[in-house]
Amino acid sequence: MEATHLLPEVTWVGVLIKTVIILAIISALAGFGTFIERKVLAFMQRRLGPMHVGPYGLLQIAADGIKLFTKEDIIPQNANKLIFMVAPLITAATAFIALGAVPVFPDFTVPDFIPFIGGTFVPSIASDLNIGILFVLGMMASGLYGPLLAGMSQANKWGIIGAARTAIQFLSYEVITALAILAPVMLVGSLSFVDFNMYQSGGVSSWLIWQQPVAFILFLIAGFAETNRTPFDLLEHEAEVVSGYATEYSGMRWGMFFIGEYANMITISVIAAIVFLGGYDASSSIGWLTIMLKIAFFFFLMLWVRAAWPHVRPDQLMWFCWKVLMPIAVLNVLITAIIVLL
Amino acid sequence: MSLAQFKNRNVGSQSYVTLDVGKPPQGGWCKFKQVAKRTFKGELFVGLWVVFRNMLQALFKNDMHTVKYPLEKMPISPRYRAIHDMLRLLESGNYRCIGCGLCEKICISNCIAMDTRYDEEQRKEVSEYTINFGRCIFCGYCAEVCPELAIVHGPRYENASEQRAGFSFFEDMLTPIDKLNLQQEYDGFGAISPNADENIKKTPLAY
Repeated sequence: MEATHLLPEVTWVGVLIKTVIILAIISALAGFGTFIERKVLAFMQRRLGPMHVGPYGLLQIAADGIKLFTKEDIIPQNANKLIFMVAPLITAATAFIALGAVPVFPDFTVPDFIPFIGGTFVPSIASDLNIGILFVLGMMASGLYGPLLAGMSQANKWGIIGAARTAIQFLSYEVITALAILAPVMLVGSLSFVDFNMYQSGGVSSWLIWQQPVAFILFLIAGFAETNRTPFDLLEHEAEVVSGYATEYSGMRWGMFFIGEYANMITISVIAAIVFLGGYDASSSIGWLTIMLKIAFFFFLMLWVRAAWPHVRPDQLMWFCWKVLMPIAVLNVLITAIIVLL
Repeated sequence: MSLAQFKNRNVGSQSYVTLDVGKPPQGGWCKFKQVAKRTFKGELFVGLWVVFRNMLQALFKNDMHTVKYPLEKMPISPRYRAIHDMLRLLESGNYRCIGCGLCEKICISNCIAMDTRYDEEQRKEVSEYTINFGRCIFCGYCAEVCPELAIVHGPRYENASEQRAGFSFFEDMLTPIDKLNLQQEYDGFGAISPNADENIKKTPLAY
């Protein structure tokens, strides 16, 4: 914690600037993520992907955005209108609130020549909570209300099934996430991301993935389930439930679900990178580049897995969670606890 | 294999080879062993490697399957039956059609209509020739029956339009006189496609 005392004081202006940066960049990145996903999936199937809007299809995001914003916002007749309208906001909002407590971009000081806000110190974490991990996991868990309420409010049977799957999937895998991350938390003895980063500042050999390989794999699996990514994307599995909880959604409300999903992917990538892969190196100038690479790798891994692996059935998902992963997670916590005590 | 084996229609009595999938695990311990074996077999990583290899080949060996259709087109086979072409004689530039009327006779959907007359030199001349592409089923009989190789199927398969009549005037189907040197001779049905060499693959007898 010594290094943080050397940093300038965090003012509310800095936090505000940071919030705007997170909102602007992450929602742009979420849009960009859809482009990257389409490109990577296309390459893995030896296709070109989007090519015609802008150079290499780069402006496809803009085209998608225009489409989403101008599309008619349909609210079904028998839907519970208020809940139907609020549900996408829950997904997007919780995803961004979760990002408020993780270090996303390097800290910097606004140059002096910019009027009004010149000289303001912008921290890397919008809100450096001492229970950072707990807060982020809690926020991501409460994000399940988005798909759940969306599915239940839309008076559509596919939506109901999607909502039911949301409940079983998120509730099951929340347990795994928590148990998996509990073991590193016991080793580090703190819930703050900064402490995790400090604990692993001794180079590659000090990364927690070497001490906690099982927890890392468990966290990754649970992270895929929590971000609703492919082996576990039962919520909106097109072949079975049309679009699950998002069946009746159109336009920007549908888009918000996806911005939330991609923001959650980024959050999970950040947590995995900081908790298990050493995080950022605050002392050197390329330290932030390394965490960006780690985050990019996890993001790529999610797309990669989507291209390679098939879905699982809901019963397989539950079986895998409760009968395989949870015993392993509990054993891992137990063994870690014994080692820490000794 | 002898012919008698192929003539045997009693499905089920042939000597089929059943796949050796082994016995399903009996009891909890065997089931656990199977799960553990499958878990650590690393088959999931084989799957990951397969798609990654495809990506590398697509990106660095330029092995993409995509054809950017309106900009790029696949070579089509000479056997392809699209909008008809009327060919000209290379020497004189006259159209080859002698007005015999065979194509009109053989057309099974009755879509060819032609009219002929004698010109000043008492040669037969085609005065009217239309193909109703609303009716044409592109069977290819007209091209097959033509004694002069005058009506053939050309490569023009992009025939979406508001009025298909626009394709059917004799002058439209006729090779333009200034492009006579570019006129492709008709290879006929059974001809191989221009890129046939690339498409040849080894007969998969190895497995």
